[in-house]
Amino acid sequence: MNYETVIGLEVHVELKTKSKIFSPSPNQFGSEPNTNTSVIDLGYPGVLPVVNKEVVNYGMRAALALNMHINKQTKFDRKNYFYPDNPKAYQISQFDKPIGEHGWIEIEVGEEKKRIGITRIHMEEDAGKLFHGKNSSLIDFNRQGTPLLEIVSEPDMRTPEEAYAYLEKLKAIIQYTGVSDVRMEEGSLRCDANISIRPYGQKEFGVKTELKNLNSFSFVRKGLEYEEQRQAAVLNAGGEIKQETRRFDEKTGKTILMRVKEGTDDYRYFPEPDLVDIVIDDEWLEREKALIPELPDARKERYVSEFGLPAYDAHVLTLSKETADFFEATVATGADAKLSSNWLMGEVSAYLNAEQKELSETALTPEGLGGMIKLISAGTISSKIAKKVFKELVTNGGNAEKIVKEKGLVQISDEGALLKMVTEVLDNNAQSIEDFKNGKDRAIGYLVGQIMKASRGQANPQLVNKLLLQEIQKR
Amino acid sequence: MSLFKKSAAELQELLHSKEVTIADLAQEAYDRIDAVDGEVGAFLALNKENALAQAKEMDEVPFEKRGPLYGLPIGIKDNIVTEGLETTCASKILEGFNPIYNATVVEKLKEAGMVTIGKLNMDEFAMGSATENSAIKPVHNPWNFAHVPGGSSGGSAAAVAAGEVPFSLGSDTGGSIRQPAAYCGVVGMKPTYGRVSRYGLVAFASSLDQIGPITRNVRDNALILETIAGVDEHDSTSANVEVPHYVDQLTGDIRGLKVAVPKEYLAEGVSDGVRKVVLAAIDQLKELGATVDEVSLPHSKYALAAYYILSSSEASSNLSRFDGIRYGYQAKASNLDELYTKTRAEGFGDEVKRRIMLGTYSLSAGTYDAYYKKAQQVRTLIKQDFDQVFEKYDVIVGPTTPTTAFKLGENIDDPMTVYANDILTVPINLAGVPAISIPCGFDNGLPVGLQIIGKYFEEGTVYRVADVFEQATDFHEKTPQTWEVK
Amino acid sequence: MEKLSKEQVKHVANLARLAITEEEAEKFTAQLGAITDFAEQLNELDTTNVEPTTHVLPLVNVLREDVAVKGLDREVMMKNVKDQQDGLVKVPPIITE
Repeated sequence: MNYETVIGLEVHVELKTKSKIFSPSPNQFGSEPNTNTSVIDLGYPGVLPVVNKEVVNYGMRAALALNMHINKQTKFDRKNYFYPDNPKAYQISQFDKPIGEHGWIEIEVGEEKKRIGITRIHMEEDAGKLFHGKNSSLIDFNRQGTPLLEIVSEPDMRTPEEAYAYLEKLKAIIQYTGVSDVRMEEGSLRCDANISIRPYGQKEFGVKTELKNLNSFSFVRKGLEYEEQRQAAVLNAGGEIKQETRRFDEKTGKTILMRVKEGTDDYRYFPEPDLVDIVIDDEWLEREKALIPELPDARKERYVSEFGLPAYDAHVLTLSKETADFFEATVATGADAKLSSNWLMGEVSAYLNAEQKELSETALTPEGLGGMIKLISAGTISSKIAKKVFKELVTNGGNAEKIVKEKGLVQISDEGALLKMVTEVLDNNAQSIEDFKNGKDRAIGYLVGQIMKASRGQANPQLVNKLLLQEIQKR
Repeated sequence: MSLFKKSAAELQELLHSKEVTIADLAQEAYDRIDAVDGEVGAFLALNKENALAQAKEMDEVPFEKRGPLYGLPIGIKDNIVTEGLETTCASKILEGFNPIYNATVVEKLKEAGMVTIGKLNMDEFAMGSATENSAIKPVHNPWNFAHVPGGSSGGSAAAVAAGEVPFSLGSDTGGSIRQPAAYCGVVGMKPTYGRVSRYGLVAFASSLDQIGPITRNVRDNALILETIAGVDEHDSTSANVEVPHYVDQLTGDIRGLKVAVPKEYLAEGVSDGVRKVVLAAIDQLKELGATVDEVSLPHSKYALAAYYILSSSEASSNLSRFDGIRYGYQAKASNLDELYTKTRAEGFGDEVKRRIMLGTYSLSAGTYDAYYKKAQQVRTLIKQDFDQVFEKYDVIVGPTTPTTAFKLGENIDDPMTVYANDILTVPINLAGVPAISIPCGFDNGLPVGLQIIGKYFEEGTVYRVADVFEQATDFHEKTPQTWEVK
Repeated sequence: MEKLSKEQVKHVANLARLAITEEEAEKFTAQLGAITDFAEQLNELDTTNVEPTTHVLPLVNVLREDVAVKGLDREVMMKNVKDQQDGLVKVPPIITE
């Protein structure tokens, strides 16, 4: 039997405010355990939360960027549950009046565009970090109180591929708004997936399972791919799907049962009596709206129309704001747009992948890259030489023109100098001249190679070609 | 006669005339505690060493740098956190808990130069009306040791009534300052919700809790409230409303003041003795120039049920943090679930457990609308009752409690009867308005409290009425037998 | 509302992480039953279209500027902690079925 897959995603994004959501403790990743806490984070008797204004600003900004309706009156609620990483035994979250509702983003899979609904976005506090051991568990409360946005999608995705595209787009948009680093490896973006299948044509959703421990976008895709097959196999064998939470195992690529959900959890939500409502007026809303930069889709279109880039290039470049900003700054130096795009998507991206670095962690600047590309366009350096220059630019920085001069990498385009080299090579390779004249075109390649070798790669290849042909004719 | 029968102003005079020192005052408190607290049971942890050392240093400070409360001793209810001084809420679950910060009110008292004598006994987590729910020891009413002092601030009221300290802080969620003040014949104020910061008050019911002073006279009460009141950046629910000089508002004049007496507050359930004394007090107010009308607060009878649902719901969540992990009592356990259930079962007393369960039940998915939400709606109706009366009247007056202090052990297995004691105080917390209880007479040798309820943030008017009544009567001058103990 | 059963009391005790004995469950069932019976009187009131009150004061937008303050020294943070290891707070193992 053929089934249709239904996927919804819950994404948690950590906000990069200076302090926590309800306490002034530093909101910092990677500190020594239990050094970023206050009595408020630890849930000491008598403490009270106070809302960090920037969290509301960021929440609003993200919601607006996701085309959401902003609730002009929003409030916090308590979600009650016991767990050692949850010191108060309630999480301050938002229940029935989240900051944003009814949004959407557009994804693209292949040639097809599709709108994915976003049910809600709400603000809440993160929990501490728990390390499970055999004989004990250990808690680091540093993360307790880190501001989070929870972004819940509609069950609008029908393939793991769409889920991947949704995450990629969501990440890009959030990153553009500047409210989060959205780094999955540091946990500043986390994703849980709900998946069910149903026979084609059936209106009701099937029973869903929830997938956890999805630590990269490709694990999300893999986990979902495994799960849709697993569910289909269960149904085809006459079994039924249970509402359960399953963990993705990175080693085997399978999902493993964590726990079966019996009924719904009773979190006993109620309005947080320690906090008052937040009322958002138009002025506040407009102020945040103005802080949202041009978003990926708009940029993408502009790159095609303004710079004449292929749609594919525009898509890749705009996935990260850092890359897109870098690209535009490079072009602004006068560098050719397509060449800039090629370099960013090619050499630069390969370097970053190999070194596991962010663009900002390298010495490369738009001026450096732009300068180099201009030298290529002007014929001052060859693409081959450019690779050497790039190495220097990306590790030590500086100015391409200067590097080229200092290292003597300028392309030799002086006909007199080249002619001398050509003559010498021809004098030493009579056989090759003979071969060429007998119709062996390959011989010319060998001769060019010899000249490039003699010039240490600096000879202008076009000019060498021209001079070679001209001199061979004379012999 | 104990020094602590004197007012703050009189004590300052003694300090100025060098008849006593600040150290003497602190020592007097500890002497009184030694003499009577074995029977009263008002104090838990004592701050003796620190307080005496601090008092000695303070004696060196020149008079011109001192405020009206400088150097005066005060006791603090044990649900208000004090850095370095054990704070237990009279619960086993906070046994040995050593706070690493001060409540905002404690900081404010420190700034004013008050000397913390020790922590005062209470019903565990402020849940009770008799201080019989203290997990440490019961408190006895200084007027008659066989009777309860009221609660939950039983220790705070009894300590002042027994002359162990001249002033104390209590907290009031459903009457916990006013009811023990009435039972012990002292002055207890529950300020407007949001008037005093709750930061550092161990939460019972966040939307109802307020800290307030308990004193022997109205003027001192006003002085202390002025010191602890005001907006606090640590408490989002504290109101940014200017704190007036309450003492300046004690004009001694209530001519033309419009007093409302709700018929529901003198209806059945109120004992004849209490009714008689309170009606006499109301007559006294008339004589002093106030006009008095009977009014109705029609939803009063629903206040108790709404109160128990709302306060227990909030408490069930507030008290979830006591899990033995970061502070307080920890039961021996081999796995996490056992740690939770054993720590909490062994650490909490029965009344606390009852309320946690009632609250948990009220907030559960199937019952939320019928209990919690319904109670919140009823709260709206009760608040509207007050709003309507306050459109026409300046204050509302009635008894603080339906009866005088009952006997220890009398109602211990009957929570509903104990709850009924709060019937005249809980509506005030639900509405959030301020109210004071002042001594207004005796019934069978036990004090009766007069409750004066004011408009939001008009504690000044409440104090003015209370002060005028106090000036015209001598009930506050009376002291129990305990005072004779040397 | 139907009467609170002993099973419900046990369920609620579990939600609240309170270990209770059979005897206690019976006692609490009776006591909580009396309280919930009493609470039934609220149903006499028609509260259609009555807004629930969470806060008695009309306060809104009480917000703090995003300024960070150094965290507690770990030594202070651990002051009341019973069991710790390597700067982390220690609890018994979590058994998941």
